[in-house]
Amino acid sequence: MPHFARLYNFACWLTQDRAAAEDLVQETFVKALKGFSSYRQGTNFRAWMYRILRNTFLTTQAGLRATVSFDSDDDGPSEPATAETPESFLLARVEQQAVVSALEELPVNHREIIILCDLEEMSYQEIAQTLAIPMGTVMSRLSRARKAMRALLTAGTGGTAR
Amino acid sequence: MNCDLCREKLDAYVDESLPAEVFGAVDEHLRACPSCASEALARLQMKRATRAAAARFSPSPEFRLRIENTIRKKRQTIWKIAWVPWLSAAAVALLLAVVSVTMLTRHAAREQALAELLDLHVATLASANPVDVVSTDRHTVKPWFQGKLPFTFNLPELQDSQFKLLGGKLIYLNHSPGAQLLFELRKHRLSVFIVQDQPGVLALGPSTRQTSEKGFSEETWTEGGLRYVVIGDAGSGDVHALSDLLRIAARQ
Repeated sequence: MPHFARLYNFACWLTQDRAAAEDLVQETFVKALKGFSSYRQGTNFRAWMYRILRNTFLTTQAGLRATVSFDSDDDGPSEPATAETPESFLLARVEQQAVVSALEELPVNHREIIILCDLEEMSYQEIAQTLAIPMGTVMSRLSRARKAMRALLTAGTGGTAR
Repeated sequence: MNCDLCREKLDAYVDESLPAEVFGAVDEHLRACPSCASEALARLQMKRATRAAAARFSPSPEFRLRIENTIRKKRQTIWKIAWVPWLSAAAVALLLAVVSVTMLTRHAAREQALAELLDLHVATLASANPVDVVSTDRHTVKPWFQGKLPFTFNLPELQDSQFKLLGGKLIYLNHSPGAQLLFELRKHRLSVFIVQDQPGVLALGPSTRQTSEKGFSEETWTEGGLRYVVIGDAGSGDVHALSDLLRIAARQ
């Protein structure tokens, strides 16, 4: 089963519920099997699988709720990061649990893009295929997601959110 | 490159998604700017921390097994469904092929059998002694075959017809004995072959009427376990008329 464990991890982050994640992964594999004829050979199989999982998630109750916050801040230019906060110093003190908590607190569209980029190490092109959004939106959404995460981490460590 | 522009590019820089020339420019700026370099390092560390933290959920062995079973069943179902049209098409193609080959084989066997009878008919006409029993009387011709054939047959009453019985002789077709009767219609000669309707004797198939390319008319049918074949250079209507007389006689 290709990408099974990775997809399960991604599903857990999307749903934040293990039972729902299991249902999501199961449905993803069934759909992928049924719709394999629609997969075009030579294209990105991983992006195809993640896209099925994400589209399936969007049809669930949790997914529908998550879509409310989608695309609200994607098209504007991303704000340049400010230089005042010494993040290297901050992150040196951040425990892994703090990162987990911050990820959990992020809206789904921010959480998923960070996981696809940082954990799955997808290229911007792959992320664009998976999320079905333009490359420019990938970059701006990623920038906003990281900014929001930095803010959460800073707040969590008693610092000032940027 | 100034600091603001550099900061804008830092995410793509740590994600290694910048075009080579922009990457070079950012890299150059970072070497010269400790503040931006510190920010770049922080983002890289956060990326690494996220990677470590985000890989936290693993599927249980039970769940993996459940998914594998689900997929196996689905795959079998899809495999079966996917093969239905292919198997149907293959079955139809095979059936067509079998039917075609069978029909071609039968057609070839039938043509060969008719050609053989035609040869016998022509050879009979060319012979100085075309028949072994020479008689226009059916009550003479029919008894002549007694003891020579493992079957018997009726000959038609020709008194009110244009046909005239000339006689008959014993023939062998595929090691099976049969009767060849010679009739005359005006100046035309027609042969009637009567053999047992058994596999391998005369592979002629169902009852047919046809005119061959060589100008001979032929009609064949089966009646009472016997195969009848009428061949002659008369018209197909005349051949058919004689055939009808023979059919009527056979049913008496």
